[in-house]
Amino acid sequence: MIDTLRLTAEDAAGLLKRKEVSSEELTRAYRASIAERDPELHAYLHVTESADGDGVPIALKDVITTKGVPTTAASRILEGYVPVFDSTVAACCKDAGLPLLGKTNLDEFAMGSSTENSGFGPTRNPWDPERVPGGSSGGSAAAVAGGLAPWALGSDTGGSIKQPASLCGLVGLRPTYGTVSRYGIVAFASSLDQVGPLTKTVRDSALLMQVISGADPRDSTTVELPQPIELPEAEDLRGLRIGIPRELNEAEGMEPGVKQSVDAAIRLAEELGAEVGETRLPRSVEFGLACYYLIAPAEASANLARYDGVRFGHRAQVDGDLTELYERTRWEGFGDEPKRRIMLGTYALSAGYYEAYYGQAQKVRTVIKDEFAAAFRDFDLLVSPTSPTVAFRLGEKAENPLAMYLSDVLTIPPNMAGLPGLSIPCGLSEGLPVGLQLIGPQFSENALFRAGHALERAFAFDYVPERLR
Amino acid sequence: MEAGVAITREDVLHVARLARLEIPADQVEEVQGQLSAILEAVGKVSELDLSDVEPTSHPLDVVNAWAEDEPRPSLSREEALANAPDPSEGAFRVPAVGS
Amino acid sequence: MTGWEPVVGLEIHIQLKTQTKMFCRCENVWGEGPNTRTCPVCLAHPGTLPVPNGRAIEWAVKLGLALGCEVAERSVFHRKNYFYPDLPKGYQISQYDEPLCTAGRFAVPGSGGDHEIGIVRAHLEEDAAKTVHVGGKAGRISGAAHSLVDFNRGGTPLVEIVTEPDLHSPEEARRFLQLLRQTVVELGISDAEMEKGSLRCDANVSVRREGEEGLRTKTELKNMNSFKFVGDGIAAEVARQIEVYESGGEVGQETLHFDPASGRISSLRSKEEAHDYRYFPEPDLVPVEPPAALVERMRAEIGELPAARIRRLEGELDFDLSYGLVASGRDELYERVPGERRAVANVVMNQLAATGAHPGRVNAEELGKLIEARDRIPRATFDEALTAAGEPGFTAERYLAEEAVTDASELDPVIERVLAANGSQVAAYRSGKEGLLGFFVGQVMRETQGKANPKVVNERLRERLGA
Repeated sequence: MIDTLRLTAEDAAGLLKRKEVSSEELTRAYRASIAERDPELHAYLHVTESADGDGVPIALKDVITTKGVPTTAASRILEGYVPVFDSTVAACCKDAGLPLLGKTNLDEFAMGSSTENSGFGPTRNPWDPERVPGGSSGGSAAAVAGGLAPWALGSDTGGSIKQPASLCGLVGLRPTYGTVSRYGIVAFASSLDQVGPLTKTVRDSALLMQVISGADPRDSTTVELPQPIELPEAEDLRGLRIGIPRELNEAEGMEPGVKQSVDAAIRLAEELGAEVGETRLPRSVEFGLACYYLIAPAEASANLARYDGVRFGHRAQVDGDLTELYERTRWEGFGDEPKRRIMLGTYALSAGYYEAYYGQAQKVRTVIKDEFAAAFRDFDLLVSPTSPTVAFRLGEKAENPLAMYLSDVLTIPPNMAGLPGLSIPCGLSEGLPVGLQLIGPQFSENALFRAGHALERAFAFDYVPERLR
Repeated sequence: MEAGVAITREDVLHVARLARLEIPADQVEEVQGQLSAILEAVGKVSELDLSDVEPTSHPLDVVNAWAEDEPRPSLSREEALANAPDPSEGAFRVPAVGS
Repeated sequence: MTGWEPVVGLEIHIQLKTQTKMFCRCENVWGEGPNTRTCPVCLAHPGTLPVPNGRAIEWAVKLGLALGCEVAERSVFHRKNYFYPDLPKGYQISQYDEPLCTAGRFAVPGSGGDHEIGIVRAHLEEDAAKTVHVGGKAGRISGAAHSLVDFNRGGTPLVEIVTEPDLHSPEEARRFLQLLRQTVVELGISDAEMEKGSLRCDANVSVRREGEEGLRTKTELKNMNSFKFVGDGIAAEVARQIEVYESGGEVGQETLHFDPASGRISSLRSKEEAHDYRYFPEPDLVPVEPPAALVERMRAEIGELPAARIRRLEGELDFDLSYGLVASGRDELYERVPGERRAVANVVMNQLAATGAHPGRVNAEELGKLIEARDRIPRATFDEALTAAGEPGFTAERYLAEEAVTDASELDPVIERVLAANGSQVAAYRSGKEGLLGFFVGQVMRETQGKANPKVVNERLRERLGA
């Protein structure tokens, strides 16, 4: 009997290797869990009927293009779109023999922090179905936390892997920008988007990074990792200098339970031998969110211009001219959040406003990069909560875009600097998982995995949602 | 132009037109309110004097990525048109341009 | 036109003849069936990313160097945002404030000295797809007209060249463009055929009073698709603007279309809203910083440029012939053909051109022999020879041999001379020694340096000796 809620991908691979179970049996077990629990969770937008591969099956966020399997980015504008090509990461998974379980739900075009912005209905948190799983990779997070997939890929622009990992009690890695190919990833904000793993353990995360990372000739912005990804073995943190950026740990709106869990985690890190000290990121935190909500929408306004009803996707029924066709198609096809961000980004780039908004935001980005670089002169890693809150209730922030944007206040600053970040569960607050964000310099994935692995062992966090144990 | 200045109804209509979004007349006010609130918040970037700071448009310092000029197979016409809403005569049909 | 000075700057687009497109590796070919050279990238499917064509970057550098430009140390691609069905991404990847090549000078030789045209910039971008308008009657909706989009051309590498407003007559503009075209063709980077659209030209036109400082409002004249139309279009627009000013009016900034059939200028986009392209750096691409080795390699590949060759040929020809030969690309043949220079130039530039023979396929040595003999062989024979000059295995011999055949008046005096000088042999022949005929033929051939047709000589001799 395969316990899909508890089985890690690494353990599943062990079962396969020892031939104690076949890949088909594994896949069947997850399909059974999907049939049982997905009607409640709605983690998936599309479940495959069959898939090739003799490895550990995987779920992919529905921004990851899969040849012959519908890919919608949770948008009505891509309803019915069946790609004629594979994204590079989907091809990597195929090459590694990972059968595709299905495509997971998200906030439309990865724009959101709760997965409520999906054009096809929200996903629910396996820890509490009245609450959101976070977003935008909420479907992938809920699938792994709910035992509907052993592991999954998400994408992260402002925090869309780290934040749902935090809210669902999982490990989420946002890799260094450029280490995982974006070819075939439905674009939101090109200079920020990165694909990464959502897993139950840090070692699973490292295993999946081995599958998906590497320079891709189809993505000019990719580079090879300076060192190959290693499976972490570390049990202590001796010799590691951990910085606690004050502004990231005392941010406005932080729940006391989150703060307590993270403070306890930091004490534990000291016990494991880490040198802990305070550091500052004043402008990164104060201006990061504003910077992000100019740059990401600006890039999105161009990236979403291709949805015009000409070559694929939704097309409005109009008798009129071309302009009418465009305007109607796009108004009908996009949900509120993409439309809001397209207009915001268009405005920020338009004549007369470029310098004040987009141009200035690019300079703020330089300031953020420099602040992090300065912090990394004294510390190997930085630590903070991943999200200021635990999972919130469905609908709680849906009416107020700005309140929703604040969900990413702690994950955005390192993302603006292209830095890798790992969220690992460090405890519970009010019975819901709290995530610890580890931030490293560019290409420090191995250091993040080592520290994450040692902490994970010390925390002994049970990733199976209490109500499902 | 200063950041953080409230967006007018005309601005909203202009931006929607540039972005090819047809806002129903009864929703313009709502959109205007939301965009104004967001713009006020993001206008915060103008508080910093960054006249001496270089902009960052890319998180990595990579340059000169290009490919050899060697052809790879194209899609078949059927594949190219597989997702087309209105294929016609091997092409993508749209209402007449320039009308 | 007296008292007014035209001020013209050109914007030229050149399609590079690379094997593949600018940002994907679909074949860059012309004339294939619609939508047979596309891929997810050039159809702008979700998630696809551009990867620049290295050869296109090299060739743009090469062209920039030929235009006397500085090659930027750092160059960036931008997105130019607008909606149109021929633009699948909703933006064109182009260059904006950091183009690959800037600040060039391109000399156009004239009879009175060089005219230097400033080059503002030369940058790389991608071409749009092709739309074909189809009439409405057969359409789904009665009376509705449609356009069909073919993405084969979409993404073809383009170099856009922008000149300073340094051109002051339609003729000057035409000459500049011709010389630019010849330069591009010789660099081997483009067919640059206006009729096929691989060379396209827009003109920014204004006029001012002679001696006036500053520039008046300019209009943009779009897509003139031949050298003649460039000249005619600019001339028509200059005349129109002068008329507007002279009748007390003002010229408005607008985009115009020249109709070569009627010679009329009409406004293209009167209704269209002002453009706001919202340029910003293309985040899917990294900056180009051309390595010194690449730039030097391109510089080394550039041969002697047309302008320099015109000046060099002027040492042996007049300006018009030099310019004509170089601008038409015929100077290469001219230089290979031996003989009197002016005669060679005239034949290569005029008579040979009229036959349509491809200059590159002509055997220069043989053509030289023909030209040397052209006053001695009949005109018809000469023309016939020129027509055949480009064919494989062409030799002049057959045509030169005809010199004597039709020109008995030249041959007869030689025969008379030979017979008079050999009285005893003539007597011997007439007394029955007919074998002596070969002797006489040999003598005539020697006299004519072998150019006489032995058969004709034979006939003429028999006739004379038999008398």
